[in-house]
Amino acid sequence: MRLIALLLLFWCIPSVWATQSTPYKLDIGRGGQCVKDPQWMRKNHMQLLKHQRDEAVRKGARDNKISLKTCVECHASLKDNSVIARDDSFCVACHRYEAVKLDCFECHSGVRKSYWLKRNAK
Amino acid sequence: MSEVNNQRRAFLKTSLGAAAVAIAPGMLLFDMAHGSTEPVSGKVRWGMLIDTNQCKPGCDECVTACNTENGLSGGKLPTDSQWIRKIEIKDISTGRQTSLPMMCQHCEHPPCVDVCPTAASFKRADGIVLVDRHRCIGCRYCMMACPYKARSFVHEPIHDQNPDVPRGKGTVEGCSMCVHRIDEGLQPACATSCPNKAILFGDLNDPTSPIAQKLRVVASTQVRADLKLNTGIRYQGL
Repeated sequence: MRLIALLLLFWCIPSVWATQSTPYKLDIGRGGQCVKDPQWMRKNHMQLLKHQRDEAVRKGARDNKISLKTCVECHASLKDNSVIARDDSFCVACHRYEAVKLDCFECHSGVRKSYWLKRNAK
Repeated sequence: MSEVNNQRRAFLKTSLGAAAVAIAPGMLLFDMAHGSTEPVSGKVRWGMLIDTNQCKPGCDECVTACNTENGLSGGKLPTDSQWIRKIEIKDISTGRQTSLPMMCQHCEHPPCVDVCPTAASFKRADGIVLVDRHRCIGCRYCMMACPYKARSFVHEPIHDQNPDVPRGKGTVEGCSMCVHRIDEGLQPACATSCPNKAILFGDLNDPTSPIAQKLRVVASTQVRADLKLNTGIRYQGL
């Protein structure tokens, strides 16, 4: 009986641990939920961004709620205002763990617009 | 008991009020600063009328403003991006000198769009000719096709872009008529920066707009009108 209880305990600990944290360190910035729940976003954010980018660039329909700029505005680190600056930055940490190349930020700015404007104000 | 509840209510009310006051201006600004979720209308055609009589030789305020707005280096080497440039021309027979800014003419029938193999070069419904850098493969056919030499190729990696103006190595770019500003209801940077108000920006299709009214009364020309591209940028006094 004690053995079964012990086994159960060992069996439960990893699952509890897995639901409570990610296997990598992640700075979610201001965070919060504005589009969909986090699990849905983890799986589908790229579809939203791709859809939004074509609508915005080619038709001029700028849906502010799902634009990359708005994502960065909330998810940039509160320390350095960036989603790409460090290994545990919001975009970098996950993409590195999943080994998915992230090339949005070869052209797009990875820092908060509000911070960029403040820094570049004359 | 009721006294305690009243205190609690008062506290909740004041804190809610304070929170609303703190958040509201930010929310309002955030909403106002962004464009519409609706696609742009094909009824509009954005254009400019450039009065070369007002354009002063040696002045390059529009070029500087464009560089600052779009994050260009300002260099003039063949490998530097130039979205707008000042040119001085002289009629040899009369000696009359003219100064004017030259940039993407936002044609109705743009040759750059015709030649693009990936449909990256395109004309938006409101007449602005743009490069979709998500599709651009950097072949530079559009640069060859453009009669105005209006486009540039990005040769080097770019860092610290304006969040409103993404730019990147390996793609072609050109004057976007400050599309990010237009979508926010602002005017292009060159038009607002001109000290002599030589650049008039507006909707060519709206008969009540200042630009359409002025085009009705003054003589204006399109550069290389013989190509029948029907440019959105018109020049006065050329």
